[in-house]
Amino acid sequence: MSAVLETRDLCKRFGALTVADNINFRLEAGAKHALIGPNGAGKTTFVNLLTGLLAPSSGTVMLGGQDVTLLPQSGRVKRGLGRTFQINTLFREMSVLDNVALGIAERLGLSGKLWRPAGHYAAVREEAMSLLDSLAIADQAARRVSDLPYGQQRLVEIAIALGLKPTVLLLDEPAAGVPSLETERILNALDSLPKTIAILIIEHDMDLVFRFADRITVLVQGEVLCEGAPQEIANDARVQSVYLGERRA
Amino acid sequence: MKHPVGYGADARLRWTEWLPWVVAVAVFFLLPEYLSLGARVLTYILFALSLDLVLGYAGIVTLGHAAFFGTGAYVAGILAAKLGVTDPVIQLLASAAAAALLGLATGAVILRTHGLAQLMLTLAVAAVCLEIANKATALTGGADGLSGVSVAAIFGQFKFDMYGRTAYLWCLLLVFTGWWLVRRVIYSPFGATLTGIRENSVRMHSIGAPVYQRLLTVYTLSAAMAGTAGALLTQTNQFVGLNVLGFEPSGEILVMLILGGVGRLYGAFVGPLLFLIAQDYLARQFPEYWYFGIGLILVLVVLFARGGILGISDAIIARMGRKS
Ligand SMILES: Nc1ncnc2c1ncn2[C@@H]1O[C@H](COP(=O)(O)OP(=O)(O)O)[C@@H](O)[C@H]1O
Ligand SMILES: [Mg+2]
Repeated sequence: MSAVLETRDLCKRFGALTVADNINFRLEAGAKHALIGPNGAGKTTFVNLLTGLLAPSSGTVMLGGQDVTLLPQSGRVKRGLGRTFQINTLFREMSVLDNVALGIAERLGLSGKLWRPAGHYAAVREEAMSLLDSLAIADQAARRVSDLPYGQQRLVEIAIALGLKPTVLLLDEPAAGVPSLETERILNALDSLPKTIAILIIEHDMDLVFRFADRITVLVQGEVLCEGAPQEIANDARVQSVYLGERRA
Repeated sequence: MKHPVGYGADARLRWTEWLPWVVAVAVFFLLPEYLSLGARVLTYILFALSLDLVLGYAGIVTLGHAAFFGTGAYVAGILAAKLGVTDPVIQLLASAAAAALLGLATGAVILRTHGLAQLMLTLAVAAVCLEIANKATALTGGADGLSGVSVAAIFGQFKFDMYGRTAYLWCLLLVFTGWWLVRRVIYSPFGATLTGIRENSVRMHSIGAPVYQRLLTVYTLSAAMAGTAGALLTQTNQFVGLNVLGFEPSGEILVMLILGGVGRLYGAFVGPLLFLIAQDYLARQFPEYWYFGIGLILVLVVLFARGGILGISDAIIARMGRKS
């Protein structure tokens, strides 16, 4: 198999703190890959390095076989990279519909258009509505997103990313703090995506990880501790010790 | 009155949106002695509209928008007084182009920064422009100002008359055009992107939007509009002074817009109207209290009525609607 997303010796330092320490990582085409590790391990930072929100201190990011280390975020999105945020990053004063439509219009290359009213682009609106429908929040489309309960805001967070029709999707704790009903909706939406999409999910809920992932990487203090199939990781003594809260030697 | 924009919005004109134009035409016929004040109000409405586009919609905080207003004013003035270009349309176009160029050049730097650094840079640009106008006395007349501005008849037909009738209608035409343009822009997909950038630029980046390029586009457009407003001021006053540049007009236009309501399109109408009428009466009678009064009102608006006067009227209408 070929890697759709890959890092080589990726490092990120914040002053004296090394948050990504020589990470060599491969996300295969169509993979359902989980990234786990204790709080502060550097998981979110790693995602930010992949998307270009942060620039690495050293190392390379490859997307679709090409070096994108110097490519800005917009260029990576155009090449199929989509993401969600651990902390809701929404257009709070805008409607649920607009939150999703902005990304769809961007993907369709319509959002630089200066003349016709946005409301005339029925195709954008319809695509946004059907996406919201698939997450069972179509009835909230006209509401201001900041008026929604937290669980539904989480669904909007994911809907925005899905509207980009990414081929590589990075999900940063999508179900954190989400009621179980919405968690099911998130999983259903992910299940109904085309199988060719590669997904990297950061998640603390181990049940969810084992249900979803066919491959797991464990990150501890910015370093990859180990990687493997779910069963291997579950039986790994080092992983167990990390998750029992013990310090590594 | 705060019109929703975006993909679910209805962009058709509401009847209330005709009100400003009905009032403006009524003033022309009913209050002929106020036409020069009226032209001044209209000029500042155009200036405020340009500011609303960057501040209210794109969320770019600027303390130096007078740089573009003043550039437009001086370009029109220099063309008229020094180069013998008296055609008002050409003056406007040249002013708009010069201000747009300045917006593009300075925006290219300013829009790469954020927060306080951005604020200081906008201030610095206006300060530099002021100093250039002050020093280039051969062109600008320096501190004495630029007089001898002559403006030919509009389209070779309509002479600027001593009653200010032509000037008023000319300003009205340009405000109408500016309003129409801004309205198209804010309802468009591009306008929705601007709101998105204001709301959350991190997310805009992550959905693949070329944020910087969008900001630069709107900044340039806004600069062109502010330059046009400056040129209008020159044409109606037939004089340019250093006071079109620098901190005072930058601050005043910001105050007018905040009073009227930021990011509401019609706040740019209400603010200058009330501010300039109040200034016309109060500043003459109570010059020592005028700025104190404005300052106090501004503090109250910022503390208690973020949406400005239009925000207050919205709240009242909403409350009445709930009662009935
Ligand atoms: N912008 C930043 N500046 C300084 N330190 C940061 C920054 N972002 C994250 N960190 C630090 O990097 C470490 C890893 O953070 P993060 O990537 O959020 O971890 P995780 O997502 O695994 O919980 C933490 O110690 C955090 O405090
Ligand atoms: Mg995190």
